[in-house]
Amino acid sequence: MSIDSAKLFELIIAASLINNFVFTRFLGLCIFFGVSKKMETAVGMSITFTSVMMISAALSWLIFNYVMIPLDITFLKIIVFIGVVAGFVQASDTIMRKVAPVLFHKLGIYLALISTNCIILAVPLINAGEKYNFIESLAFAFGSGIGFALALLIMASIREKLELADVPKTFKGLPIAFVVTGLIALAFTGFSGLIKL
Amino acid sequence: MYDIQRIITDIVGLIQLSDISHFILPQIGVGGGVEAKEYVELMPLIKSTLIFLAGLGIIFGLGLAFAAKRFSVKIDPRVEQVKEVLANAHCGACGYAGCEQYAEAVVNNPDIPPNLCTPGGATTCEAVALITGKKAEIREPIFARIMCQGSWSRSVKKFKYEGVQDCRAVILAGGGDKACRYGCLGYGTCSRVCPFDAITMTDDQLPYVDLTKCTGCRKCEAVCPTKVIEVLPSSRQVLVTCHSKDRGVDTKKNCQAGCIACGICNKVCPFDAPSIENNLSRIDLDKCKVCGLCVKKCPTKAITDFIPKRPKAFVMDNCIGCRICTKVCPVNAASGELKKLHVIDQSRCIGCGICTAKCPVQAIDGTFNAAEVFASATEKGKAA
Repeated sequence: MSIDSAKLFELIIAASLINNFVFTRFLGLCIFFGVSKKMETAVGMSITFTSVMMISAALSWLIFNYVMIPLDITFLKIIVFIGVVAGFVQASDTIMRKVAPVLFHKLGIYLALISTNCIILAVPLINAGEKYNFIESLAFAFGSGIGFALALLIMASIREKLELADVPKTFKGLPIAFVVTGLIALAFTGFSGLIKL
Repeated sequence: MYDIQRIITDIVGLIQLSDISHFILPQIGVGGGVEAKEYVELMPLIKSTLIFLAGLGIIFGLGLAFAAKRFSVKIDPRVEQVKEVLANAHCGACGYAGCEQYAEAVVNNPDIPPNLCTPGGATTCEAVALITGKKAEIREPIFARIMCQGSWSRSVKKFKYEGVQDCRAVILAGGGDKACRYGCLGYGTCSRVCPFDAITMTDDQLPYVDLTKCTGCRKCEAVCPTKVIEVLPSSRQVLVTCHSKDRGVDTKKNCQAGCIACGICNKVCPFDAPSIENNLSRIDLDKCKVCGLCVKKCPTKAITDFIPKRPKAFVMDNCIGCRICTKVCPVNAASGELKKLHVIDQSRCIGCGICTAKCPVQAIDGTFNAAEVFASATEKGKAA
């Protein structure tokens, strides 16, 4: 397992900016629109999301490389990864409630939402498909989490201002949010070509 | 056990019969990194798959069961019960972040009173007290009062504002478009933050508080940029509804309904409740007896009487003719001779209730405070 820090940095930048899950791959939109109404929830979600993402990516990598490849059942990865993420989220929910009730009150409500998120599933799948090693998988998961957090924070700050703006009646609420997302996605295409992969 | 074995062998036989044990299994997935194989041995694959999935399921099941047991949190069932009886508006009037936090605090901490949920009112207070075993002390309800009558037609504007239609935005533009910088801006931010839809904007851009819906949660008070909303006890029904600290001349220039600090209310009040400070009259709520005299005398109508209709006083048969009411009446409506039944001139009476309160034998009825006065008198009689 050779660790090339330049490669890791590239991975993080690529996952967070160039191939941002929300703005270029259009994954995880349900949570994205659900919690980006307020800055407070957006921040809470970002923190929880990034940490769950990294741990579940690590767990899935271990299971994929040490159990599924030797058994030659890699075609099961979608089902297995869903199970692993859901099981991990449920366990962390239970443990956090006891060990860190303060943290649970702050972030616990987002945990249940995360377990069925598509980015959380996409990251282990891409890790497996691209045959990343353990450190690279973690870097990729971290980058994706940062990218999602960035998207949430941008969207929350815009939508808080949008509340006060004079939006035409037909566009109020979700429609204008989708329009804004499209515009940000356009802006994010400017990152493509930042790194040659 | 034997049956299952037979079924499996039957299925295996079927598969072998139909000769599909060697066929191409396409590999599809995100990234597509797993190469397709030409031939797949189906039987061992199914076996290892089943074992793996079952094993994974068992491990997760046991793990979760263990975690649930090992990290179980004992939740006081009363917290849930309290949460159910609370208003669940998450308004924050109790001083906690949400209903859940208050429920937890009121159950666990014996010093926290059960009456903090203002939206829930008396019924919630009693229910919470019952669950937690605390003593219910019903608080006097509090309401939001708009301390300004300068609607758009009655007040002067400094400039034409064409920005975001929200008071918090308007105040950023040179302190608001109103000439009076103390008054209500009229862009309805309070009506939008009210979680109970108690505040509506009138056609003349002044908030109107529906007292049947207002719970005194103080959301509007916090959001109002000019701090023109005050949350006050419901019994304080005569208020100077103006916040202008400008000189009387300037106030009059800017608004038709502003307090010009003339001091008439101060002179006319029998209880010495209003006082003038910083060019603004303010009624001392502890001294005020809600008689409404000042409302009638205020030259700019800056004092508002929140009692919609004041019924007039009349004398009952148990009058002893002591002449006290004729002395205390501020408008000389009561008259009569010593030891004879007095009369109150209905055309003069303003329903201030002073005579009702002063009458030594509770012989005057009909005013807004009559029921209260009679109740306290009977209580005193019982105590004596």
